[in-house]
Amino acid sequence: MSKPEKDHAALSDVFTRDTDRVDWHDETLWWIRAKRDNAAHQLPEWELLREQASQIKENVLSRLDSYLLEFEVQAEKNGIILHWAKDAATHNQIVYDILQRKGLKHMVKSKSMLTEECHLNEFLEEKGVEVIDSDLGERIVQLAKEPPSHIVLPCIHKKKEEIGEIFSQHLGTPAGISDPKILTETARNHLRQVFLTRKVALTGVNFAVAETGEFVVCTNEGNADMGAHLSEVHIAAMGIEKIIPKRKHLGVFLRLLTRSATGQPITTYSSHYAKPRAGQEMHLILVDNGRSAQLGRADFRNSLKCIRCGACMNTCPVYRRSGGHSYHTAIAGPIGSILAPNLDMEKYADLPFASTLCGSCSNVCPVKIDIHNQLYKWRQVIVKAGYVDSKKVAAMKLMSFTLSNTARFVMAGKAGRMVLKYAPFAVNNSQNVWYKQREMPEPPEMSFRAWYKKHGNNE
Amino acid sequence: MSKAEILAAIQRNKPVDVELPAPFVPGPADKQDFRESFSGMVNQIGGQVLSVENWAAIETYVHQHFRSDERIVTTIEGLKPAFENVDPTADPHDLADVSLAILPGHFGVAENAAVWLSDGQLGIRVLPFICQHLVIVLKQDSLLANMHEAYDRIGKDRQGFGVFIAGPSKTADIEQSLVIGAHGARSLLVFLLK
Amino acid sequence: MKVALFIPCYVDQFYPKAAIATLKLLQALGIEPVYPSGQTCCGQPMSNSGFEHLSTGCNKLFIENFADFDYIVSPSGSCVLHIKEHLRDDAKPETAKHIRHNTYELVEFLTDVLKVEQLRARFPYRVGLHQSCHGQRGLHLSQMSELVAPAFSKPMQLLQMVEGIELINLSRSDECCGFGGTFCVAEEAVSAKMGQDRVADHIKHDAEYITSSDMSCLMHMEGILKRRKSAVKVLHIAEILNAK
Repeated sequence: MSKPEKDHAALSDVFTRDTDRVDWHDETLWWIRAKRDNAAHQLPEWELLREQASQIKENVLSRLDSYLLEFEVQAEKNGIILHWAKDAATHNQIVYDILQRKGLKHMVKSKSMLTEECHLNEFLEEKGVEVIDSDLGERIVQLAKEPPSHIVLPCIHKKKEEIGEIFSQHLGTPAGISDPKILTETARNHLRQVFLTRKVALTGVNFAVAETGEFVVCTNEGNADMGAHLSEVHIAAMGIEKIIPKRKHLGVFLRLLTRSATGQPITTYSSHYAKPRAGQEMHLILVDNGRSAQLGRADFRNSLKCIRCGACMNTCPVYRRSGGHSYHTAIAGPIGSILAPNLDMEKYADLPFASTLCGSCSNVCPVKIDIHNQLYKWRQVIVKAGYVDSKKVAAMKLMSFTLSNTARFVMAGKAGRMVLKYAPFAVNNSQNVWYKQREMPEPPEMSFRAWYKKHGNNE
Repeated sequence: MSKAEILAAIQRNKPVDVELPAPFVPGPADKQDFRESFSGMVNQIGGQVLSVENWAAIETYVHQHFRSDERIVTTIEGLKPAFENVDPTADPHDLADVSLAILPGHFGVAENAAVWLSDGQLGIRVLPFICQHLVIVLKQDSLLANMHEAYDRIGKDRQGFGVFIAGPSKTADIEQSLVIGAHGARSLLVFLLK
Repeated sequence: MKVALFIPCYVDQFYPKAAIATLKLLQALGIEPVYPSGQTCCGQPMSNSGFEHLSTGCNKLFIENFADFDYIVSPSGSCVLHIKEHLRDDAKPETAKHIRHNTYELVEFLTDVLKVEQLRARFPYRVGLHQSCHGQRGLHLSQMSELVAPAFSKPMQLLQMVEGIELINLSRSDECCGFGGTFCVAEEAVSAKMGQDRVADHIKHDAEYITSSDMSCLMHMEGILKRRKSAVKVLHIAEILNAK
């Protein structure tokens, strides 16, 4: 539990200095939001689907224990070995124990934000296990020794020239190549060798079905399947909130997920895993890591409906102009800002304030999480817990004192106008944060109430 | 023990019970013949659709577009005489040099060009991913409107593995430039067979 | 009907013309609003910053001033949304409820209560409408671009009654301007960038004026316009609807 060295505001300040780059980042993500809009508008029943998905997930949260137990029974009948991990450390240890038991030291991994949350790669690497991320975007950030900046588009913050540089350094491509086709082909060949030689593959889980004990993994690249179907051991890591009651509910979620994420009608592959293939071991780890605690927070439990589409990030005007890394947490953007404080309120106290509460996020969310309302409520909780700057507390107390009394308010307003009129240098300086990039308002001759007192309701 | 702790925490913290909503009923489809919308969608996502009358037409097409030294495999009964058959007991790694896989699909979905395939049709699970090029053969009348109908059709099937495949593999991870052919097949051609 | 005028704190002190235009507009439509002179602020600046518990003083004062009216009208989407969602007084719950249900932002008061069909206003200029977030997504003054739902816009409806006005299109019809209350200084870099981008969109489409239901958004954009020495001016929608 500790404050980060640099909070969202400080990190964004750095991010925004390169105006061209911010514009590029912002426009790229806005374009994806626009693609999402196009895709959503193809379905006249879009809003009904959102409502359906939202209600299904609310049902899930209210019966989470029984659905997980039902899933366990069905999955084990299918031959899947189930594990329960109360926290990140337990999850990481379970993965390592599986590898150890089989004497395996090289693993290929497809996209799993849960494993980012648990810092699995670092844990395994410290123990001498090599982990290779097979999703192209994740492989790129892995080689660059950075975390992903977006849950669906891991290296959206990187330009193709930079990616070319990284490939040149690590994969031996000639310097100066930036053609995405050539870079992708390079990655295809490099990772094909990885798939063909790794005996253990770890995947994430997009949805797990209680009724049938199956789980679904969605990719465009086919990397999850290449890893899983060539491995002797397939480990699937899943947050407990990813469970859905019935197979037919996949119809609702698969129609919403990719349209919300990238504007595609569906990912290239939606793979339904139920039984290990002959001779293969299939493991699934159910991970809590703070989710059951969030479940107990009445104002915030609906954040657990999240299906990790990233639409909120694409639409957020703050995320687009500050970048995922400014949130200093595995899951960034609006959804990250309502999930993270549950994990460590002090460390992530800045995140709910990294928003104008514009509400765009709540309205693109396919499962109707009231993100902007939760951001507002987290602010109240964080202030009550004492995790805001004492200067801010003092300023707010003064503001409240002034605004709750007519005479004090009138006096303060007059004083403000006088300063602006007669001593603008007192505010028009580097001490005034507003003044960095904006002029102050012109002070009017008199306030409205003074005008009204003079003129009343007459001309 | 994690399981007991997790379940206890959930029981303590879960909200008041909320019923499942009434099942979603999609509106009636405009038409029953989805060939046009399915084909249009396959094209949109980077694949190709061809209508054919018989197996011979498929064989001819394959011979015209693939060299004789390229490894071509199939699990389709009607094409088994013409191409190498997949041995479901073989090591999946042995398929690494497959150029073309020709597989049957259960059905296609018009709203998103997805085709459903499962264990029995794949032969070996890795096959549609590890091959360089993929051909799927669908009966013309096996096209459905949307994913709700798709799951109705799958019903209570307890396949060990099933997959919706929509188009060739792809990525846009590099500056949102769409590149067809990531780790899975580089191309997808769907034959609609009478 | 007894109508009260609720003027946001900073409009009262820094943008009285918007308040005067609101008053005159309502008078032109046959309303004689009362301006309770004890009013100060709705309490939003504290609440949105996490200090909801410090807004009880403002709540009490608000209720004291506005208890006895059929309608309370304000030229501010964000203040009205705040009152509708957060006004409370445990000592007077019914009064608070009455106020919450009868507080209207100016545009929606005109379209929904007064059902205005024509205005005697003239403003022959190119005008960009800034959809303020609280007004749009909170009060549903117009349809938001995120939803798959029929388009409508109450502010546009009214602006289209103004003679000679030319309403411009924007590249991004409803992106946030970046003011966000204390966000404007707590996250200054992103706030300013958002404002610069909003302003650039209007300039790109040749706006001469930027208008909105929220003076806070306009104050922020005006600060940016002036810093870049632009000729584009901001004007509260009340001033355009009342322009002669």
